[in-house]
Amino acid sequence: MRIAARMPSFAPARPEEILKPAKPWFVVLTLALAMLANTLPATGVALALKPDFVALALLYWCIQAPRYVGVGVSWTMGLLMDVVDATLFGQHALAYAVLAYGAEYFRRRVLRFPLWQQAVQVAFLLAACAALVLLVRMIGGAPLPRWTYAVPPIVGALLWPLLTVMLQWPQRPSRKTTTL
Amino acid sequence: MRPIPAEPPPFFHRGPSPLARVAFFGLFSIVLLFVDARYRTLEDVRHAVGAVLYPIQRALRVPGEALDELATYFASKNELEQDNARLRAELIAQAPAAQGYASSRADIAKLRALVQLKEKHAEGATIVEVLYAGRDPFAQKLFVSRGSEAGLVPGSAVIDEAGVVGQLTRVYPTTSEVTLVTDKDHAVPVKDERSGVRSVLYGAGTGRAPELRFMPPSADIRVGDRMVTSGLDGTYPAGLAVAQVSRIDRDTGQIFARIECMPIGGVDRSGTLLVLAPPAALPARPEEPSEIETKSKGGRAKARRAG
Repeated sequence: MRIAARMPSFAPARPEEILKPAKPWFVVLTLALAMLANTLPATGVALALKPDFVALALLYWCIQAPRYVGVGVSWTMGLLMDVVDATLFGQHALAYAVLAYGAEYFRRRVLRFPLWQQAVQVAFLLAACAALVLLVRMIGGAPLPRWTYAVPPIVGALLWPLLTVMLQWPQRPSRKTTTL
Repeated sequence: MRPIPAEPPPFFHRGPSPLARVAFFGLFSIVLLFVDARYRTLEDVRHAVGAVLYPIQRALRVPGEALDELATYFASKNELEQDNARLRAELIAQAPAAQGYASSRADIAKLRALVQLKEKHAEGATIVEVLYAGRDPFAQKLFVSRGSEAGLVPGSAVIDEAGVVGQLTRVYPTTSEVTLVTDKDHAVPVKDERSGVRSVLYGAGTGRAPELRFMPPSADIRVGDRMVTSGLDGTYPAGLAVAQVSRIDRDTGQIFARIECMPIGGVDRSGTLLVLAPPAALPARPEEPSEIETKSKGGRAKARRAG
């Protein structure tokens, strides 16, 4: 089958596989969808489990497309999230800017690891991001949140492999370029 | 042989280093945080960004809404019949109250005219849909589908079919933010429906039950009592159900009893809410003889959230 041969596999890209550069509109679309996912109505357990999709998407693009998404874009997305979430101006912005810096710092080595090991490192970054928000809120006088506060970064890290496969899908080179 | 240029090729130009950028944006964020927390002068910026963002949010929501509508269209006949039967039963159950309401209203209007009291709250209410819940684990907020375009104003009470849900705290052009009664910074003046004891219900934050604070252990409040709005704050019309007392801890060693309540309104369930028109303006009240006393009594209980 010609079509099947041209379809990239569902498995994540191997380190030696060279991905095509991401299209700017795709980056923008995924960030917008992540923001939508963040604002989907959720209650109870779902709300407690819900990871920060914008942070995840930013992290992915900071690692994969650092020329498009860096500290500045992350900061701007953070400001938008502050409006959408009705939190203090600058709270998400600060957290995302630091997240982008963290991604910049370790993006050269993280892609060499298998996905589940990447996920562990992502968990640390997301936890640092959440801790920063917590710090800001506690300076603002908020009480210590319940232990469920630690859950979304872990869920986010667990989603990392799936997210990676989904977001690198359009960048995969087709297997038989000669058939094009 | 060409000499090696002193400058790197333009391809490598990436502007300031990430550390410089994060330092700049970090500082900027901290300044913004400080300004927003201290002076609250950024509300206009927030409104502007919200207004720009709204069409995008709306557009992104279209596919999901279309799917929802499709699902509703294909809802099974059985389900619809069940719904219909339930709604009919509810309608009949409420018929006596509804029929009595008209005559009670007429009576109240006459009595009010007799004692020269003004109408306490304006007529009119706006039905709103819940768009999404705030993700912030430190605050209990909802976003609903109407805004200043529908004439909503900050401070209006928000209820559902069972009771009070919260209060509008920010009104954007097409959306509004509702702070729920369970929010840590939210307070509702209430009274015990059974004994008439007045109090203030304070939200306690995510996952914690709202409390009646500063009540002496001897206060006439029992587990199961319904707390309704007392209407003393000029924000909530009187008589709306707010919460039911779920636990009382009368420790004689403490000055105050610990009284926990469960909200009656569907604070985290309802999808459709009603925004009540704000009550009549307060400055007119001191003229009314019977109100002066109420006001001086209720002065301390007036802990409504600003805005």
